[in-house]
Amino acid sequence: MTQARSMLPRTRYGRIGLALGALLLALVPPFAPSYYTELGTYAMISAMLALSLQLLVGCTGLVSLGHAAFYGLAAYTVYLITPANQGLSILITLPAAVIAAGLAALLVGSLSLRTKGFFFLMVTLAFGQMMFFLFHDTKLGGGTDGAFLSRPILSLFGWEMQLNRRQRPMATYYVALGLLVAMYVGLVLLLRSLFGRVLEGIRVNEHRMQALGFNTYRYKLAAFVIAGLLAGVAGHMWAMHRGFVNPELIGWHRSAEALLMILLGGLGTLHGPIVGALAYTGLTELPQVMEEWKPFASIFNSIGLPKVGAFLQPLSERKLLLEGIVILLVVLVLPKGLSGIGMPRWLRDRIGGRAPARMTPASAAEVRPNG
Amino acid sequence: MADARPTSRPMLATHALARHFGGLVAVRDVSIALHRGELHAVIGPNGAGKTTLVNMLSGEIRPTAGRIELDGREVAGEPAWRMTRAGVGRSFQRTNIFPTLPVLENVRLAVQAVSTAPVRPFHRGPSHQGLIDKAQATLQRVGLGGTADRLAGALSHGEQRQLEIAMTLAGDPKVLLLDEPLAGMGPEESERLTGLLQGLAREHAVLLIEHDMDFVFAVADWMTVMAEGTVLAEGKPSAIRANTAVQEAYLGGHA
Amino acid sequence: MDFPGLLAQLLNGVQYGLLLFLISSGLTLIFGVMGIINLAHGSLFMIGAYLAFLVARQWGTVWLALPAAVVGGILLGLLLERGLFRHFYARDHLDQVLLTFALILLFEEGRSLMVGNDFYSVPVPALFDFSVPITSGFSYSAYRFTVIGICLALAVLLFVWIERTKMGAIIRAAAEKPEMVDVLGIDARGVYMAVFALGTTLALVAGVLAAPLYSVYPNMGDGFLIISFVVVVIGGLGSVSGAFWSALVIGLVDTLGKAYVPKVAGLAVYVLMAAVLLWRPSGLFGQQRT
Repeated sequence: MTQARSMLPRTRYGRIGLALGALLLALVPPFAPSYYTELGTYAMISAMLALSLQLLVGCTGLVSLGHAAFYGLAAYTVYLITPANQGLSILITLPAAVIAAGLAALLVGSLSLRTKGFFFLMVTLAFGQMMFFLFHDTKLGGGTDGAFLSRPILSLFGWEMQLNRRQRPMATYYVALGLLVAMYVGLVLLLRSLFGRVLEGIRVNEHRMQALGFNTYRYKLAAFVIAGLLAGVAGHMWAMHRGFVNPELIGWHRSAEALLMILLGGLGTLHGPIVGALAYTGLTELPQVMEEWKPFASIFNSIGLPKVGAFLQPLSERKLLLEGIVILLVVLVLPKGLSGIGMPRWLRDRIGGRAPARMTPASAAEVRPNG
Repeated sequence: MADARPTSRPMLATHALARHFGGLVAVRDVSIALHRGELHAVIGPNGAGKTTLVNMLSGEIRPTAGRIELDGREVAGEPAWRMTRAGVGRSFQRTNIFPTLPVLENVRLAVQAVSTAPVRPFHRGPSHQGLIDKAQATLQRVGLGGTADRLAGALSHGEQRQLEIAMTLAGDPKVLLLDEPLAGMGPEESERLTGLLQGLAREHAVLLIEHDMDFVFAVADWMTVMAEGTVLAEGKPSAIRANTAVQEAYLGGHA
Repeated sequence: MDFPGLLAQLLNGVQYGLLLFLISSGLTLIFGVMGIINLAHGSLFMIGAYLAFLVARQWGTVWLALPAAVVGGILLGLLLERGLFRHFYARDHLDQVLLTFALILLFEEGRSLMVGNDFYSVPVPALFDFSVPITSGFSYSAYRFTVIGICLALAVLLFVWIERTKMGAIIRAAAEKPEMVDVLGIDARGVYMAVFALGTTLALVAGVLAAPLYSVYPNMGDGFLIISFVVVVIGGLGSVSGAFWSALVIGLVDTLGKAYVPKVAGLAVYVLMAAVLLWRPSGLFGQQRT
């Protein structure tokens, strides 16, 4: 069978690596302070969001700037269906959230996928904003400030898992981990199927796929809806983790962050977005680390340049500034994301990963609708 | 008009086909017919409208006016994917393959596209074996049997042109629209492809656009000469060669 | 029917639309000619607005900000094109989106560090700080009329330049068929620099003009950015005339919507975009594909 460079680990080393990673994640809650359990849950939720987006971006070649809308919508759905003081069973909230996200994706996708390239980007952005305004300007979900909700509870047809306040974060962590692993495995199966092959073909050369006889619109729509459903899973977990929803969940900044996580981890692999999300969440902790340790201040003080230290130190504690610089660095210096950092060839071949199909100037013209 | 052509109903026929781009008339009043078992060459200077004609026949663009009938059925304006599934295969003038995918996958996708087997989203791969076998057989037929595992982008130009044909063929078309299949090929490769095309013409209705006159006159069963968007003349190669209007407009002492 | 009120809203809509046009025209040209998705375009607008604020704070009047915006716009545009965007013409959309998103963050942080996060109002230039009586019961801000006037003048200049001059013709051709620039042997670099400088300057000028009307506040570029993209999508990529008409329509729809049906106003613009895309996927004035 042909050994295509695919998005999945090609060798045993790669697969073992992934399994080890999952195991490591599973070991966090019992051995680390509870702060890291919560952080880890948030990282995995981001990973699920990024993974769902990867189906569109990395697998099918569709860059969407409105993907977080489905994520936020799912979270809001949990809020909307949950009565005031009583959490509902996860068996109700999860399907409800996912279906809501999927329906929205079906609607948005059916309209947006009539466009391509830049237009598609803008249209998805616009629809995302539409949803943002829906929750921002109306009383639907508590308006600008958002709203608290009673978290979904782990109950199964009446039997409820009794958890005290300390155990709940751990339970949520494991639910998130379980869903993340399930999502990854599900996507592996999808990519390996005939359907997944079509998506790959669409990414490489959609025009030819149409000429070959594929109704690419239908395939793209299917991928869009699946991605929406998966984003819904992530959104539900957010609601369960944080117990709070606000319009920022839907905003395009969140969508752009999801794109960043994909790029950070590597566009060419399926596990890339997970790595990227974990790395990104780690990075967002950086300002706090900077504040605690004050490395800039101490380094520059010790070499006799206290003014420089005093200037740089507060800058390093600014979250958005750090985020902007990181993105800039990744885009300028690390086009292949973390997967591309000086990994020796033999290692990279083992782990798998696809050389991203960079556009040449000639093909750039074809991407623009006017070209 | 010219001598005996197959009198069966044409596989693909157009009636007064036309295409405008804003104020520019690219094709006007073109009525041609493609028959099974016949290699029909379309020649003419650049800008004559040949590729636009093929684009309309394959569904890439919609005609502004006129009819297209596939085996008696009206199909003008149908999108490309429908046309291919209906049996109209088309190869491109500028190689249009999947460079980052293996050669076999390029053709396998073409086979999958028209296979009526329903695609179940979680149907496990690597791939339905039948699709792979068919793809391999098609590669064999065009002479690329040994290249299955190589990346399509790594093939030589001539091999890529062969792959173009293979992908078109893999869809089991009734009609083959080949846009300059020999473009950029060396003499040896051209010869090989010529043999292949002649073989194909026996079972399919083939329309061929080419600029290599020696080749065209050698293989064509029927010829249509286009100039400035419309048909200048059509007939058997011998008749075309002798046609003075064609000689002036296009061949210019060539034949 | 409250006619004076309606008239005021119509004028507001036109004024808003014209500001949108200044921003969108640069956006549509930059994408049409160079294929760059510039999310930071809204930040340029923000920079213009804060420039006006700073100038007013320093010198008491906003007037100097206009020439400053023009000069600054050209310089900034050239700097961005040569230093950054030049390397991104052939990169995918993903890279461009992230790059320009990073720029937004960096510009906002820069603004935060320099000026802080407060909401500041900017004084209307004293010369225009009065109301023009239209009817016995209704008068309209002279400054808003001025803004409308300046924007219209710029629009006319832009049209004349694009339709009548050689450079304009090149840009028009390049926006329609980017490959043509190379084919015709024109120095693409010069064209790209000019387009970028022009787009940047227009956005900065729009910001200066808008500052007295909307005040300056963090992330003010965001709202204008997204709506500008909607304008470009509806008007058609690369089409300045498309951007003009669609900006006016959107300005009116949005303003009238917020005045008369506030609950759904936010959505109205996007519903409009969806409707246009269903009917004409390449925008009202965009190039038809097939």
